[in-house]
Amino acid sequence: MIPERWLNLGILAALVAVPIWALVVDEPFIITLVTRAVIFALAAVGLNIALGLGGLVSLGHAVFFGIGGYAMGILAYHAQTFTPLAEWPFPIDGTKSMPVIWLVAVTTSTLAALLIGLLSLRTSGVYFIMITLAFGQMFYYFSISWAQYGGEDGLSIYVRNGFPGLNTLDPIQFFAICFALLCAVLGFNALLARSPFGLALNAARQVPHRVETMGLSPFRLKLVAFVISGAVTGLAGALFADLNRFVSPTMFSWQMSGEIIIFVILGGVARLIGPVIGAAAFVLLEHWLGGLSDYWHIYLGAILLGVVLFARGGIVGLVARAHG
Amino acid sequence: MSAILIIEQILNGLQLGVMLFLMAAGLTLIFGVMGLINLAHGSLYMVGAFAAAAVAGATGSFLLAMVAAMAAAAIAGVLIEVVVIRRLYAKDHLDQVLATFALILIFSEGVRWVFGSFPLFLDIPDYLSGPVSLPGGIQYPLYRLVLIGIGMVVGLLLWLLTQQTRLGIQIRAGENDREMIAALGVNISNLYTLVFAIGAALAGLAGALVGAIQSVQVGMGEPVLILAFVVIVIGGIGSIQGAFIGALIVGLTDTLGGVFLPQLFRLFLEPAGATSTGSALASMAIYILMGAILIWRPTGLFGQRA
Amino acid sequence: MTKVTQTLLAAACAAMVATAGLAEVKVGMITTLSGGGAGLGIDVRDGFMLAVEQSGRDDIEVVIEDDQRKPDIAVQLADKMVQSEKVDVLTGIIFSNLAMAVIPSVTAQGKFYLSPNAGPSALAGKGCHPNYFNVAWQNDNLHEAAGAYANTAGYGNSFILAPNYPAGQDALTGYKRTYQGELAGEIYTQLGQTDYAAEIAQIRASGADSVFFFLPGGMGISFLKQYADSAVGLPVVGPAFSFDQGILQAVGDAALGVVNTSQWNKDIDNPTNAAFVEAFQAKYDRLPSLYASQGFDTARLLISAMEKADVADVDAFRAALKAAEFDSTRGDFAFGLNQHPIQTIYAREVVKEGDVFTNKIIGVALENHADAYAAECKM
Repeated sequence: MIPERWLNLGILAALVAVPIWALVVDEPFIITLVTRAVIFALAAVGLNIALGLGGLVSLGHAVFFGIGGYAMGILAYHAQTFTPLAEWPFPIDGTKSMPVIWLVAVTTSTLAALLIGLLSLRTSGVYFIMITLAFGQMFYYFSISWAQYGGEDGLSIYVRNGFPGLNTLDPIQFFAICFALLCAVLGFNALLARSPFGLALNAARQVPHRVETMGLSPFRLKLVAFVISGAVTGLAGALFADLNRFVSPTMFSWQMSGEIIIFVILGGVARLIGPVIGAAAFVLLEHWLGGLSDYWHIYLGAILLGVVLFARGGIVGLVARAHG
Repeated sequence: MSAILIIEQILNGLQLGVMLFLMAAGLTLIFGVMGLINLAHGSLYMVGAFAAAAVAGATGSFLLAMVAAMAAAAIAGVLIEVVVIRRLYAKDHLDQVLATFALILIFSEGVRWVFGSFPLFLDIPDYLSGPVSLPGGIQYPLYRLVLIGIGMVVGLLLWLLTQQTRLGIQIRAGENDREMIAALGVNISNLYTLVFAIGAALAGLAGALVGAIQSVQVGMGEPVLILAFVVIVIGGIGSIQGAFIGALIVGLTDTLGGVFLPQLFRLFLEPAGATSTGSALASMAIYILMGAILIWRPTGLFGQRA
Repeated sequence: MTKVTQTLLAAACAAMVATAGLAEVKVGMITTLSGGGAGLGIDVRDGFMLAVEQSGRDDIEVVIEDDQRKPDIAVQLADKMVQSEKVDVLTGIIFSNLAMAVIPSVTAQGKFYLSPNAGPSALAGKGCHPNYFNVAWQNDNLHEAAGAYANTAGYGNSFILAPNYPAGQDALTGYKRTYQGELAGEIYTQLGQTDYAAEIAQIRASGADSVFFFLPGGMGISFLKQYADSAVGLPVVGPAFSFDQGILQAVGDAALGVVNTSQWNKDIDNPTNAAFVEAFQAKYDRLPSLYASQGFDTARLLISAMEKADVADVDAFRAALKAAEFDSTRGDFAFGLNQHPIQTIYAREVVKEGDVFTNKIIGVALENHADAYAAECKM
């Protein structure tokens, strides 16, 4: 058992070391793979804010992941075809600038999370899981029928969007952008958990009536957590779309929501670095097991089962000593 | 739009509804009694269909195939209950979601490993095929009428089981206070396994019955699983009555929405746009309905507990 | 990601250094090998590998990976093929949405892509590319042939249906492009829908004289079984996808007598095809499908180009591909200006041979047919 703080630093160091090694030995695909893990990690860190701190089991976080993806897809599509995004009330053009796309992705997913949260948080427990799933399905079917933006075929963006001063087509530079965002969000998450808001949220999850007697509204606390959570996952969606230079309705699918949940549980719920470890482990398993057999899903299933049944607190729970 | 067509579509909606009920009944019983979210319920549906196709292919008997479907799904259900599910009752919903998601992966690829990657053949027996004439000149497939009948009978039997039998009393008691009925000498572990087997057998039966008019292939369980969840959430989780009403609501909404929404939009849009907008909205309709019902009644129509 | 690296190098040649001077061609095959759509990918792979094996060449290396029918996995695999495996040629994708995700970016990176199945219209028209060759068909082709067949069969009032997604919309557009009669109805169904009772009731009430449908995979199986059981009895016509060797056994009697359109069938009379059917059955113990023939032809095209040019000389290799001088299972094979096939599409009928359901050709639907988008391609 090692202290959790060291584990956190060790994981982040490994996430930097592997791509640098890949750069040295000229294996750009490994950098792409690590970038994929980092982006999934960011999505899962987002979910963990709702799930770990707020106790909200959302089976609809693919909504925000997809919104982020489509924010990128739609803006870049209009920029690459030189068509305006909207004519009214004033002409709006598409863009290929990452910071602008991120801003749009975060804003739209914030609004969506606010709306979905307002409606969904009236329920709790299994009903909450299922209503978030229902919202996911609505977005999924909507995107499939949205012929203007490719429907089920999705949208291909031919060149990765730009970031001032960097060449985003270079795998290592794009990785650096994603990693920096992950670190920033992790730092924000750590601060949030220790802030008065985080403490109140934690209390609202465990003993809601006591929070209420203190004059705080558990509903509002949870709503704020849900909105922050959705915004972070939306940002991850925009990055994921840029990694693949492609968006499609599968980003909205319930399997995607399920995978984000898996990242969190596999790593360890409510642990800062848990989602990062979970996402990295999942990408690694997918890559490694895929080479073993045509029927590798069986092995993946068995490993996930093993984690649930025998590893309390996920991978972090296995290797690290809880802080405090 | 003639009256005949409308009646025919209502029958179609009913038929979809009762099949969803067979799935949803097991799901809601398992949740009500054991507090378990079982995502692998769709896999049991698939197991039933594959077992039926294999037995029908070997023996040529549709009845034997149905029996085999129920038996195979029940055995698979008992197996996973004893090996895996039993360890999940004490855990939270999150662990249950992950573990049963893992079971889906194992079942899907396992079935593909055994039966191959191509869909299997399962057909309606001759004595149930073809349409029959109903009053009013409606031509309706006999097999679908039989499905509606089977669904109604199963619903009635389940209602009798839970309301009138000793087992039903134990099940209802188990929903309310599991410590108490354990203290009264009921073997709670056997009770759980039995309830799980009943739910699994119903899912297997639904898979086999539907497999005869659809395609028996890997992954066939997942879309139905999602619909069954919609059903039990609308009805109120744990309520057989709620599952029945919810199933009919979902069946009718999905069928009638798919037919009438595009026509509705045709009143004020050009035909091509109306068709695709209407179809898009129809595919979202049941989820919109479910969202609306939960916002109005956060524990579903017949749900008692949060 | 299934990785079945099948190298046909003789053991002695395995030392890369020794062969560095030879023009070895490395092929990356990204196809669907797990989940519900796996049957198609397996057939393409098996057809492709059969041709490679028959050629006896030891300078082709094929790296095969499973895309799980997920676009993001396919994109990731394409990155791997290009960045890590450093392949020269990519192929294998079954589904149009995956093709749209992968092909523009790999051709932009200077790799060749040979499509053994998907042919989205965007890549046939404005999005055409000198390094992209489609060996199967443009997506609309078989539907256009179905419309042409409907005309010759004398159908004047068709009811048409397809799922509500781009390939479904293309299908109905394709049918309407050649079909000259009236439409009794036009329905978009839900993608993945398995119950067609409502649609069949509408067909019954519509007064149509024929039905055209495009419902690939399990959707088609469900529709045909339910349609047969409803005893509506109107003649049905559709593209080959719902009547292919792999799924026909699952449809059973419900498909008997249905006319479908295809650019290939096992009874097309030419020596290459006869040899292909026999060798495929001998090796894999099942009848080849449309997809297997497409995989086989894709490999044959590649091998014909390797015989004429070095893959390192990109322009010469491209010209050799474009010449398409190989013996196809379809008989004559030629590329149009947009590097999609110009080919004859047949009408075939589902028959039963012994215990096995299969197809036999009953006529030509469209002779030497090119696609509708070629004019938009500026290459």
